Amino acid sequence: MSDKTLTVEFVTPERRVFSGKAISLSARTLEGDLGILVDHAPLLGVLVDGKVSIEGVDGSVQEFEVSGGFISVANNRISVLGESATQ
Amino acid sequence: MGAQLRIYRRRIRSVKATKKITRAMELISASRIVKAQQRVAASTPYANELTRAVSAVATFSNTDHPLTTESTNPKRAAVLIITADRGMAGAYSSSAIKEADGLVITLKERGLEVNTYLVGRKAVNYFKFRNRPIKNSWTGFSDNPTYAHAKTIADELIPAFIADAATDINGVDELHIVYTEFKSMIAQIAMNKRMLPLEVVEAEGPAPAGLLPMYEFEPNAAEVLNALLPRYIESRVYNALLQSAASEHAARRRAMKSATDNADELIKSLTRLANAARQAEITQEISEIVGGADALASASAGSE
Repeated sequence: MSDKTLTVEFVTPERRVFSGKAISLSARTLEGDLGILVDHAPLLGVLVDGKVSIEGVDGSVQEFEVSGGFISVANNRISVLGESATQ
Repeated sequence: MGAQLRIYRRRIRSVKATKKITRAMELISASRIVKAQQRVAASTPYANELTRAVSAVATFSNTDHPLTTESTNPKRAAVLIITADRGMAGAYSSSAIKEADGLVITLKERGLEVNTYLVGRKAVNYFKFRNRPIKNSWTGFSDNPTYAHAKTIADELIPAFIADAATDINGVDELHIVYTEFKSMIAQIAMNKRMLPLEVVEAEGPAPAGLLPMYEFEPNAAEVLNALLPRYIESRVYNALLQSAASEHAARRRAMKSATDNADELIKSLTRLANAARQAEITQEISEIVGGADALASASAGSE
């Protein structure tokens, strides 16, 4: 695997939920489950209520319940915008 | 103790009690400003990301969305006024209302009808007292708004905007918001902004380097825009609510500080008056005693 990582920003209107490096992220969009690895094509998607899980660089997995929101991916930078999120 | 002195002492006691209250309110507001500012800061990353996303969609799709379409023949406008629930904040609420009045006049000059939406009990009372029509109002959260509150407000305003103003009495062609921007601890400025139709503006902060990438949209650009724009408006309303809350606390802190200072002044001058009254009483008593003794002395000297 390359030494590239993803930069993830997970924010809700009231706080920043997660911010840091990750190897992969998976979320559920309107069109179904979506997994993102390094060098994913730029994408903007609408999220549905469900889990967002982030695999950190150390291999640990963090899962969040998110209700509504968006995901945008570009240049190995992912921003997840949830309306609300709980760990 | 003489009557005069007793009255002064009573007034001093009452001013002191008031001063304790205003001092406490000043301290409470001071601590809440910090919290309110932190909440503004906490909401910024979301707002920035959202703005980025909206500009990305707007750049790469030429989808027309009802929320960005300017009406050719506007008939009615909605004005959302954000004020405080409680008073004791100086001119905070009244300057927001004044700003709104100015806006309403310019809108009416353009031949638009105006629907008013209010946040905060102060604005509601002002409008009710003057028998002005209120479309809808929300109260009870002006000093501590949450995103859910912003969502409720946006959920009412967006359908009103989408509805056709020509046929629907609730429909509007424009949406303006009047709130108090928190510039700094000492400067808060009431201002109005047009929220709808949307003009997407880049939020401050580092501009994205180079061009935005070619995004793929999931499911498609129109759907993404459909979902994004209402969120964008909610986040703008939320930001306005948070800024206003911070301004409210700052205005209250300043008002309470000057109330405390005034109480200090009042206590000082009342104390001086009370001292003078006490001194006058003593002087009078002495002269009465001296006069009485003199009278007694001259009376007994005469009888001998």
